[in-house]
Amino acid sequence: MGVAEKSVSELQELLVHKDLSSTELTKAYIERIQTVDPELKAYLTVLEDQALIQAAEVDRKIAQGEELGSLEGIPMALKDNMCTEGVRTSCASKMLKNFIPPYNATVTDRLRAAGTILLGKLNMDEFAMGSSTENSFFAKTRNPWNLECVPGGSSGGSAVAVAADETAFALGSDTGGSIRQPAAFCGVVGMKPTYGAVSRYGLIAFASSLDQIGPLTKTVQDNAMVMNAIAGYDAMDSTSVAYEKPDYTKFLVNNIKGMKIGIPREYYGAGIDPEVAKGIQAGIQTLIDLGAEVAECSLPHTEYAIPAYYLIATAEASSNLARYDGVRYGYRAEAEDVLGMFKKTRAEGFGQEVKRRIMLGTYALSSGYYDAYYLKAQKVRTLIKQDFDKAFEKFDVLLSPTAPTAAFKFGEKSADPLAMYLSDITTVPINLAGIPAISIPAGFVNGLPIGMQFMGKAFDEGTLYRAAYSFEQNTNYHTLKPNLSGEVLACGSR
Amino acid sequence: MVVADKYEMVCGLEVHVELQTKTKIFCGCTTEFGGEQNTHVCPVCLGMPGALPVLNREVVNYAIKAGLALDCEIAEFSKFDRKNYFYPDLSKNYQTSQFDLPICGKGGLEIEVDGEKKWIGITRAHMEEDAGKLVHSGETISTSNESSVDYNRAGVPLLEIVSEPDLRSIPEVLAYLEQLVQILEYTEISDCRLEQGSVRFDVNVSLRLLGETTLGTRTETKNLNSFSSVRRCMEYEVARQARVLDAGERVVQETRTWDEGQGITLTLRSKEEAHDYRYFPEPDLAPLLIDRDWVNKIRKTLPELPAARRVRLQSLGLSVYDAALITQAKAMADFFDEALSFYGDAKTLANWVMGDVTRLLNTHQCSVADSPISAKQLAELLALMDKGTLSGKIAKSVLEEMYSTSKDASVIVKEKGLAQISDEGALLGIIDSVIAANPQSVEDYRAGKDKAIGFLVGQIMKATKGQANPGLVNQLLKEKLA
Amino acid sequence: MTISREDVEYVAALARLELTEEETLEYTEQLNSILGYAAMLERLDTDDVVPTAHAVPLHNVMREDQVSPSINHEKALRNAPDGEDGFFRVPRISLT
Repeated sequence: MGVAEKSVSELQELLVHKDLSSTELTKAYIERIQTVDPELKAYLTVLEDQALIQAAEVDRKIAQGEELGSLEGIPMALKDNMCTEGVRTSCASKMLKNFIPPYNATVTDRLRAAGTILLGKLNMDEFAMGSSTENSFFAKTRNPWNLECVPGGSSGGSAVAVAADETAFALGSDTGGSIRQPAAFCGVVGMKPTYGAVSRYGLIAFASSLDQIGPLTKTVQDNAMVMNAIAGYDAMDSTSVAYEKPDYTKFLVNNIKGMKIGIPREYYGAGIDPEVAKGIQAGIQTLIDLGAEVAECSLPHTEYAIPAYYLIATAEASSNLARYDGVRYGYRAEAEDVLGMFKKTRAEGFGQEVKRRIMLGTYALSSGYYDAYYLKAQKVRTLIKQDFDKAFEKFDVLLSPTAPTAAFKFGEKSADPLAMYLSDITTVPINLAGIPAISIPAGFVNGLPIGMQFMGKAFDEGTLYRAAYSFEQNTNYHTLKPNLSGEVLACGSR
Repeated sequence: MVVADKYEMVCGLEVHVELQTKTKIFCGCTTEFGGEQNTHVCPVCLGMPGALPVLNREVVNYAIKAGLALDCEIAEFSKFDRKNYFYPDLSKNYQTSQFDLPICGKGGLEIEVDGEKKWIGITRAHMEEDAGKLVHSGETISTSNESSVDYNRAGVPLLEIVSEPDLRSIPEVLAYLEQLVQILEYTEISDCRLEQGSVRFDVNVSLRLLGETTLGTRTETKNLNSFSSVRRCMEYEVARQARVLDAGERVVQETRTWDEGQGITLTLRSKEEAHDYRYFPEPDLAPLLIDRDWVNKIRKTLPELPAARRVRLQSLGLSVYDAALITQAKAMADFFDEALSFYGDAKTLANWVMGDVTRLLNTHQCSVADSPISAKQLAELLALMDKGTLSGKIAKSVLEEMYSTSKDASVIVKEKGLAQISDEGALLGIIDSVIAANPQSVEDYRAGKDKAIGFLVGQIMKATKGQANPGLVNQLLKEKLA
Repeated sequence: MTISREDVEYVAALARLELTEEETLEYTEQLNSILGYAAMLERLDTDDVVPTAHAVPLHNVMREDQVSPSINHEKALRNAPDGEDGFFRVPRISLT
């Protein structure tokens, strides 16, 4: 197996035992990116020189016999909505095509402090709005399992980079499923932490009360390792929670005997592809075989989550994106007066989906409609949260397919925005409730990966990691890699 | 106030006060006035992508303090909301403000106009952030081809105080504003420097026919920054609205701006700029639970407010006018009270404070806070006068010396040997020699010319370099000449 | 509830978005479709339900009143499309 294919935990071993230098490792990834990314287009910015300098620093430390942190010397990449000082951060938008932040996001700082190597910035749906990465201004990232299919979104670049071994791990962001769904579509592990567990400072905002940053990785163990580095209270984010942060790797125990797993029937409804349902059923059986107690349950307000989500998220987004006006940074269109400049800049700088959501959100907040739309949605949000609270009185975790289908073809859903929105039914309720959820590889449908989603109580990522780890260790999906020609290969076959 | 013989004016005011915390409301940038453009900024107040606000605790403390000073209810639950509109001085194109759950509820203050007292209600007071400053390339906004923005002021904390539409005349408006600013100055939550824009006024004016109870259509004129511009603006706007109504037309409900140069108000926002601010709760900030312990802690830090102070000083014998003058500014009132704690004669103290002390400070353009003469020192000087060590005249010159040297009165008196001569023995000797040297005046006095004694007293004062105790001299002289 | 073309134009003005004729028609259709779907929320009785503005119940999150360094001039203006003499410049601001 090439070095780029290894997991973070494996790479850590090699670095600590000096079987591999950080420079060699970084070079391997850069080479891999150069080889496959022209086709996959996961990266918007590659930082070859900077990365090698960072790697050399780590190698100096190793040479001097200094102790390494658990992520030290590991190359990673960030979704391009996380600010990186001095490095272009575009949100995959024409509006921020040349924006160079004068500061780092907190997660950027924390990963830097952990000694990781920043390989580059990853493609996404523009301003994180989308479920396929088709809404990127720059490029359409392709699913490495089938190049005619989307990787999912909005963290499509992050999922692909991990799946195609263009990085050891990546960070994505999740507002309505944007980590979990691409993780499922690309066969990798994706965790959306509890709202407030990971700082949003420096994450270019889409929907403030829903956005969260989380890791995308090849294994569950890797995911827990990265969570350790990025999670925890941040004074710069007023929505960050000062909770007692555990060592998440302590939960990597292959034992779910007696774990109570609820299967919410509303997540297995009409919109779910029967093949996906079959695959998830097989997964449920595996969990039962491992000793979990599985039972059906109900989250009765699930169907209302989509309209509630789209009203709340677009309302917040319409306000968060008001700052893009050509005055202080970003794209500016020429005009005679400031009003013209605002209107033209935003018309030309934003893509269609972004404009559509701004229109929707503005409408939902506008005079006369606030009560019927935004306020109503916030009340329904309470009902959805209560559904989960009730379910968690009986169950430790809940389980569902991460997405109703496997990856779809380019252009298949982009014609009808509502159809695209409806496919988020399995992911958005989690964001509304603020609880954590993880997607792990659970099989294949027509050669494309499908994912299984565990949902947990607030700040109980530990139980999610235990459930996910147990499932992973008793299946082999995480060992399979795409070979970029559509064939499913086992590790080492490249 | 009756306008054009048939209308009554109704007025409500919104006053924006810059809170003098060290840092801005949502970030750690300094709130210092001045400073080169765009040097007191950071990703948060510049509205950069990804930046997030964190609330400054002191802003909440100041808001509560102001609310208590204005007799307002302090909310138990309060939150921030976003007020969405586009303008180049607004770095996020929304202002983080408070909409339906402001920190302060109903309150008010008492004004007095022409001897009549009236209570003016305050509807609410809320916290919000200030916008940046626009500098226009031309003379006014409408004659400029471009404008420049400085965000140093963006994010400075403001308290917006909204009055009930209880004001019925321009003198009432001015009295309200003066009282309000004075109360705020006393709480020290703002430096209240109008010339620096620390306090700005929005004036809402409408007219209605005498006897009508419903309110007429009002206009809002924003951003006035002095009492005189408020007065002139209101005079103009009231006259303008009267003209409109007299012509049988309706007053347009709109926002206007005051053109200082031309002395008129002008339309600021057209009809398209509808006030659809799309308020919604600020998702990036946690709401506030304000327990009564917090409120009481702040209540304890309230100083004695102007109205109460005036009453107390009047009870000590000061006239209404004098009490008002001394309590005009907190620093002066505090100075007075401190001196009073050492020297109990309020009236004498008041005369000196309003007289010579103020004169010296004004001449040297010095603030009370920076006064070289401390309150305690003033008290000592007055005590020396009372004791008879100094005559009033000498005391005045000692005061001047105290001002330039900051030395204690007693030190100066000692150094310069200025102690009043009250020693009878010493005086008798001098009196005898003056009597001997001026037989004509003695004869004149004995002959009934009372004024002649004045000349003799003058000679004695001259001989003692003014240090003789004049009262004693008069007494002894009369005894001798009797 | 149908959204008219006028509604769309009003909203576009509020959001400072200049729409093409095509976009105006497209958004009118799409907003109607999406909001038509969202109307299902009306089925739920939420009279006694408290809205959730924050997923995690936090209160009184505040910082001390201490100055922290501002960013320097260069950084503040680095991305400005038109920065001059330390100011951010904008074209004419019309009042009407």
